[in-house]
Amino acid sequence: MANRAAPGSATNQQQQQQQPAATRSNNGAPQNKVCQFKLVLLGESAVGKSSLVLRFVKGQFHEYQESTIGAAFLTQTVMLDDITVKFEIWDTAGQERYHSLAPMYYRGAQAAIVVYDITNQETFARAKTWVKELQRQASPNIVIALAGNKSDLAAKRMVDHDEAYAYADENGLLFMETSAKTAMNVTDIFLAIAKKLPKGEQTSAQGTAQGRRITDADQAPRSTPNCCK
Amino acid sequence: MASSTTLSSCSEIPMDKETREEIVASDKKRKSSGEKLFITDDEEASSSHSQILNSPTGKKSSPMREDSVPEEDRGGDTSDGSALSCVKKCDDEEKVTEEDERLNLELTRAFDDISVATTGSEEDKLWNGNNISNLEKSENDDVLHRTMENVLGSGGSLNTSMISEEEGLDGGINAIWKGQKRHVFILSESGKPIFSRHGNEEKLVTLFGVMQALVSFVQDSGDSIRSIRMGGTIVVFFLKAPLILVCVSNLGESVAQIQTQLMYVYNQIVSVLTLKQLLQIFEKRRNYDLRRLLSGSERLLYNLCNLVESDPSFILGAVRCLPLATSVRDTISTTISQTLSKLKQDVVFAILLANNQLVSLVRMKKCFMHPMDLHIIINFIDASESFKTAEIWSPLCLPRFDATGFVHAHVSYLSDECQACLVLLTVNRDSFHALSEAKHRIVERLKRHNCLEAIIASMNNNWPTMSFVNVPEVRHFLYKNRSIAQFMAPALEAPYINGSSSLPDLNSTTGNENSFQNLSISSISSSSTCAGGTGAPHYLPPDLSEELQRLYSKYYRIHSRLHDRSRPVSLIYWVDDTENWLGWLTSTFELYVTFEPLVKKSAAINAINKLRKWVKKEEDRIFIMNSPTF
Ligand SMILES: Nc1nc2c(ncn2[C@@H]2O[C@H](COP(=O)(O)OP(=O)(O)O)[C@@H](O)[C@H]2O)c(=O)[nH]1
Ligand SMILES: [Mg+2]
Repeated sequence: MANRAAPGSATNQQQQQQQPAATRSNNGAPQNKVCQFKLVLLGESAVGKSSLVLRFVKGQFHEYQESTIGAAFLTQTVMLDDITVKFEIWDTAGQERYHSLAPMYYRGAQAAIVVYDITNQETFARAKTWVKELQRQASPNIVIALAGNKSDLAAKRMVDHDEAYAYADENGLLFMETSAKTAMNVTDIFLAIAKKLPKGEQTSAQGTAQGRRITDADQAPRSTPNCCK
Repeated sequence: MASSTTLSSCSEIPMDKETREEIVASDKKRKSSGEKLFITDDEEASSSHSQILNSPTGKKSSPMREDSVPEEDRGGDTSDGSALSCVKKCDDEEKVTEEDERLNLELTRAFDDISVATTGSEEDKLWNGNNISNLEKSENDDVLHRTMENVLGSGGSLNTSMISEEEGLDGGINAIWKGQKRHVFILSESGKPIFSRHGNEEKLVTLFGVMQALVSFVQDSGDSIRSIRMGGTIVVFFLKAPLILVCVSNLGESVAQIQTQLMYVYNQIVSVLTLKQLLQIFEKRRNYDLRRLLSGSERLLYNLCNLVESDPSFILGAVRCLPLATSVRDTISTTISQTLSKLKQDVVFAILLANNQLVSLVRMKKCFMHPMDLHIIINFIDASESFKTAEIWSPLCLPRFDATGFVHAHVSYLSDECQACLVLLTVNRDSFHALSEAKHRIVERLKRHNCLEAIIASMNNNWPTMSFVNVPEVRHFLYKNRSIAQFMAPALEAPYINGSSSLPDLNSTTGNENSFQNLSISSISSSSTCAGGTGAPHYLPPDLSEELQRLYSKYYRIHSRLHDRSRPVSLIYWVDDTENWLGWLTSTFELYVTFEPLVKKSAAINAINKLRKWVKKEEDRIFIMNSPTF
């Protein structure tokens, strides 16, 4: 099992980003391998997207989590064997009025977590439409995980575990039930994504770059999708 | 009776709550036409707030995207002219003393006139509440009466206020709800509930119905309802199609002041949706439930309602600046402007805020920040504790800058230690990563120049205290520099602050990690729970001490009187059991002073002169006198 890197502020991690670029030409030591991925969280509002991110990045949970306005950007690094996987995370607001902005966040993303609330059937339906949208519009190689959050509220469960599992299976999605409150499966789902993401040299970097609009973010050298050494 | 001042007439005036004021020296020289007033009873006039930080170079240029600025805003530009002349610093010592002399003379004369101005019926003529609303009262009493009958079938007397006495109107009204000093309601023109500051708007449907009926009833007769006064309670309507905003207040603000506050609330909604979207929605569907679109942003409205009540900035139409040495502030502004100008990311404004105070504002040439927009941004940050844990990228509409479209805001705190918040606004929706990197470069450079320490020090300092200002007769004051729309106030001290309570506006704690959990605010994200009264912190009214509430109420009252265009007056002196008060409006500043009781006339004049000298001396530290451009 991989270790999670010590949680740090987004600021610190941002600075670390600059380092790999300097060693990019150096094709040597494998333990220096750093991969950077853009990951987006999607789903109805109040299902726990921000809470999952806060748990993953800061190890915290807030009973009164503020609703997200616009989108929040955070970074977190995990160690996967000898590879450092750095997530650039976009936590989006689920509200209707932000829907038109969603492509801005999933465009160019290598991974997505689509979240629903196991106590609310509607949010599961909404999750399915997000999956469809991603399959149609996002990068073809995008790794999608489905998270049934608030698993601590099993007594109020409205979405059947097996039903969700079957749906995920059919659509080639990773699937876990999570709880931002108890931390159950939170790091695990990010790690599962990290494992599934291609960490090879060129292959997927090119693949994901195809068929999406080039943005400033994509052109910025440090945002070059995928790996460097 | 506490006052035994040399102002002989004062001691004769009964000090009941219904205002006895000594109005002094109705200034004949003050042109009521050319003068720019800040608080007005219609939007047209209030758009003449000075733009914050006008270009000191004197280039008067039209704001960017002028064609998209709403009609009524056009008038705002004319304030540039008057603002510019004032921003120019007087290097010429002689001019300074000349101006000083003149003001001193004005002040002394005004005090001499006191007995004349306040005797007998003259005083009643000058001050009998609010003429306009008195008039309206008589008209609307009738309307209210009949409408109440129509809608509720109650036929009760008008003393039965529809708000506080209607027992069992429905479940939303209980003792706590009734006990609130101030309510704010938003509804659509068709009467659909959108927002209630207290209680669950879902349960107040009947009340919203009454408000809608009142509005349309008066509209049918070709008029429009503005306010209803019922004893100490005033109901103020602000009609801004497609919305109706209503405030019920016991706090004694004037109709004009409450309408300004409601305009802020309206602007907050525009800021979330843009005016274009707001209008389109209701054009398509008159019956639309706007809460669907506002969901997730409710806290902005709650927080704004609290801020408006607890922070004088809003009524003054001015912002406070974080006190900083000029050299430090210049370094900060230059760093920001140099880093961003290289980027070519269409950044229109870069704003650094700390404790709701302005640290620095850098703008694109030809773009001006309106104080109202800046307040919207301040509220956006103040309402969002979660911004401290991430970088935020959010669309935001600045109603005065461009009500039809969004700018994109990159919001981030400088560091865990330095809880100042940098807001970068661009018209380019793909700029996030570029701005994120720029922000880190800015922080690096500011660190190198020790600017973060300076900001932290000032944030913790609560400077200046009244003892530092060293004018013993004065307990507290507000000084607004009108040309730059900035004001300053000394740190609050006893009796206006109780040791333990922390005030949201003037005394906020900073960087306290431990308090995060407590401060963190509930997400009211699904419309069904919206405003459900869950006891989340932002439902609570601001925690002002009673004394501070009294202080602000007095300032607001004086402010209202000074800005009453129908009866221009430039100086007010008010004697009270507990304090003496002064309000002074000139073309360049507004001054509100709380004196120790029993202060003598000569001492009061001296104190004010000392105060003005002190402000002049510290001007560079307490105000931002110029704003660099990219
Ligand atoms: N019981 C429980 N509550 C949760 C969990 N995750 C989030 N919440 C709560 O659900 C509400 C909405 O969470 P939030 O993260 O803001 O949802 P988002 O809108 O999807 O970002 C908040 O009050 C959280 O405290 C969870 O795993 N269990
Ligand atoms: Mg969220």
